[in-house]
Amino acid sequence: MIKFTIDGIEVEAEEGQNVLQVALDNGFDIPHLCYHEALEPYGACRLCQVEITRGNRTRLTTSCNYPVQEGIKVQTKTEKVIRARKLVIELLLARSPNVPVIKELAEEYSVGTPRFSLDNDDCILCGLCERVCREVVGVEAISFLGRGSSRKVGPPLEINPQTCIACGACAYVCPTNCIKVEENENERTIVRWGRTLPMKKCKVCGRSFAPWFQLDYFGKITEGIPKDFWDKCPDCR
Amino acid sequence: MSLKGIDQILKKFEYRESAIIAILQEVQEKQNYLPEKDLEYISEKLPIPLTRIYRIASFYNAFSLKPRGKHIISVCLGTACHVRGAPMVLDRLKLELGIDIGEMTEDGLFSLETVNCLGACAMGPIVVFGKEYHGQMTPARVESAIKKYKKTSKE
Amino acid sequence: MKKISSLQELDKARQEILDRIDPEKPVVTITSGTSARAYGSEKVIDTLRKELKKQGLTGKIDIRITGGQGFDEREPLVMVSPQDILYQQVKPADIADIVSETLIGNKVVDRLLYKDAETGETVLHKMDIPFYKAQSPYIFGNNSKIDPTSLDDYIAIGGYSALAKVLRENSPEEVVEMIKKSGLRGRGGGGFPTGRKWESCRNAPGKKHYVICNADEGDPGAYMDRGLLEGNPHSVLEGMMIGAYAIGSDEGYVYVRYEYPLASENVERAIEQLRTYGLLGKNILGTHFNFDITVSRGGGAFICGESTALMASLEGKAGEPRAKHIHTVESGLWDQPTDLNNVETWANVPLIINKGVDWYTSIGTEGSKGTKIFSLVGKVKNTGLVEVPMGITIREVVENIGGGISGNGKLKAVQTGGPSGGAIPTSLIDMPIDYDRLTEVGSMMGSGGMIVMDDKTCMVDIAKYFMNFLKDESCGKCTTCREGTRRMYEVLNAITEGKGKEGDIELLEDLSWIVAEGSLCALGQTAPNPVLSTIKYFRDEYEAHIKEKRCPAGVCKALITYSIDEAKCTGCGVCKTVCPADAITGKKKELHTIDPDTCIRCGACLAACNFDAVKVV
Repeated sequence: MIKFTIDGIEVEAEEGQNVLQVALDNGFDIPHLCYHEALEPYGACRLCQVEITRGNRTRLTTSCNYPVQEGIKVQTKTEKVIRARKLVIELLLARSPNVPVIKELAEEYSVGTPRFSLDNDDCILCGLCERVCREVVGVEAISFLGRGSSRKVGPPLEINPQTCIACGACAYVCPTNCIKVEENENERTIVRWGRTLPMKKCKVCGRSFAPWFQLDYFGKITEGIPKDFWDKCPDCR
Repeated sequence: MSLKGIDQILKKFEYRESAIIAILQEVQEKQNYLPEKDLEYISEKLPIPLTRIYRIASFYNAFSLKPRGKHIISVCLGTACHVRGAPMVLDRLKLELGIDIGEMTEDGLFSLETVNCLGACAMGPIVVFGKEYHGQMTPARVESAIKKYKKTSKE
Repeated sequence: MKKISSLQELDKARQEILDRIDPEKPVVTITSGTSARAYGSEKVIDTLRKELKKQGLTGKIDIRITGGQGFDEREPLVMVSPQDILYQQVKPADIADIVSETLIGNKVVDRLLYKDAETGETVLHKMDIPFYKAQSPYIFGNNSKIDPTSLDDYIAIGGYSALAKVLRENSPEEVVEMIKKSGLRGRGGGGFPTGRKWESCRNAPGKKHYVICNADEGDPGAYMDRGLLEGNPHSVLEGMMIGAYAIGSDEGYVYVRYEYPLASENVERAIEQLRTYGLLGKNILGTHFNFDITVSRGGGAFICGESTALMASLEGKAGEPRAKHIHTVESGLWDQPTDLNNVETWANVPLIINKGVDWYTSIGTEGSKGTKIFSLVGKVKNTGLVEVPMGITIREVVENIGGGISGNGKLKAVQTGGPSGGAIPTSLIDMPIDYDRLTEVGSMMGSGGMIVMDDKTCMVDIAKYFMNFLKDESCGKCTTCREGTRRMYEVLNAITEGKGKEGDIELLEDLSWIVAEGSLCALGQTAPNPVLSTIKYFRDEYEAHIKEKRCPAGVCKALITYSIDEAKCTGCGVCKTVCPADAITGKKKELHTIDPDTCIRCGACLAACNFDAVKVV
């Protein structure tokens, strides 16, 4: 067990955990947009910065990818932390002025109209979609493209990724809701990636419930599950 | 590029994913850019997801996913070149060629690119035509250099 | 080629090479690095070969082709020994004279000598030229003595004797100790003590230890590493081998910048030669030391100079830095302990071993030992690579070696440390060059770019230039760096376009804070330095742009107008001919005028006018 303090309160954690997760588990409020407990911490959004004192050195650092260490002192509400959060929010708000989650953060931290020209990008490049697709789903249908201020996220050639199974995991983790999934009776479309796949009908109730391609893929990567499992919708299984 | 040619390159690097940058460099060397079908073939043969290849190809400046002109004109925008007037040289090149950075002239003769420092700073401003370095460039010398390349291309 | 398989055999091989050298035999040395080639050195060499043949001198005179020797402005350089005459800016047409006058007639070709611009005096010997005189070329100076494609040449000047010495006399721990005591600090930018890095890496547990030579020299305006790798690759490799022995590594990588084809070629050739001689591979020089090196070419990304990004790139990934809560000396390449040092740092290692720690520590200042190679470029008379002892003042470098400002401008600032550094104003140039002093004034040593700026350089434009560079070269992962550098660029761009607002300076300072404090890697953490240092020392220039909509240096296009001075114009018409926008009118021998609305401010007329009649206000 590793013991350290957050805002003066002693907390316990297990080796290998990160500071953000421990703080959240203990009820501390640290804003974050690119972190998800099921995925490798990435440290891109820079919202979860806190001040950490280790030995005699204190510095501002992201808590999501900071491994817990015995005796460190974490501070989540210092003047420096708040200044950093506000500036990060201002930068994000200038990029994505119409994204609800960013607008809420701006309100919470009293960040007014950004001092820069406003863009209208609904993606904040947190990389959750890319990570879930790679780490959890395992198909790597999308990735970051380009670099610097022209960095983007998307499929190769920016349209219709051939390995995408339209499972929708990317849409599920997206904090800004910029990846939309549309379904009709026979097809599912991941709008942002331009991927449309036909859906399979449940053998029992006859309802379309998931893309064929996705079910085939899950059948291939899972073991010990009877083949007909993937022929039925979750309700009928 | 021929599939056989790509196979040879892949073999040389023992189909190692870690050599992807070098593999793409060699594939590009022969044809000035990385065609989609070549990348798909490499993805299939290594095998690695196509996304990883595009990630690399779009991250590093050395790679182009678009065809480029017969003569690639690179203007060095290193600091030494900058203070000695590289932006004026670049402006003049844009004017003479009628294209912006990253574009190709309609006749396919020239592509205009910039590079962040060629490490030949003492000779700045520098413009590279293909593999030929031209030091101490001025806006006026741009015109004559382009004329020269146009002429040699016609011959 | 015979393998050298013991320490004795290396000594013997060296003696044999030395015995073959006839000190009386004339040698013509020609530089042919990237810069010299750009000025046509290959044609010069070709012409020389033909001319010697024509004169029946083939075989009687040796030709040595070297890498750059620093004085790039005057390339190609041709040296004739044993007379020790230096000819500069030699063209193929000059070769016939050099052969007939100097090689045959033993006379000097005056017109090819270096001529002091002020006194008009010519200088015969290389080391008497002011550019070279004030230097301490312990590392870079060897470039003039060897053909970088010849391992024999390197062995002849004592090459690999430092490696032999440590293998013969020292335990790996002792080597680490020597480097620690030497006070050698990283030449790539950060200035971390090299010995301590080696020690941490040596002590870190792992299946394998790696050593890496960082030759991804991306700082714009700096090319020391190119100069070394092109001109003396073995000195870098020898340093790596000593480091590998000290750290306990059997595998090394040289990561060379994409933009340096000749450097890659030369270092690859050097490695092949070492393998052929048995100096790389198993049981090097008959000892238990095993080591091999692979060259990897970068893909054109400044960020790959950052150690974790470089390692990601070596693993075949995009060069995206990772958090360094665990240091690379413990978990680096393929998650194994990895020591990464810059080209110049490695090249210092054999020197320290050969000359001893006491000698080495006698050079430099308290906290910065040895010499440093700088690329002295920009608005200075003598541009090129210079090697000076730490502690020398910036003024000495710019004025004594560089010969002062080129043209008739006045020195305004010297930028060191590239995009991570800052502009040092004239008022501070009597400051000694030292890692800690440079950091104190808001710049940094960096890898060694020293860009001289004069009163025609706009400091706001320079800040904008660096932000433009950084917004493209940032990997784009951290919001702070990606969005922050882009917004800083936007603000600076607006200022240079005359759209600056009250409060912009404070906004830039705010953004600087978050980019520096809130970003993961050194690129972001140091990115605001060019902006902060120019605000600190040249605030008046920012204010002139913002409040008066005026660019005092006459650079920012939106804020300047070109006109022709009535008193000076002779009506020669040159400006009219060169104007690409047809903005100039005037009859022959009469006053010409520029239409400000048509003028695109390209500077062509300014450059072309022989009478200094074009004004920029």
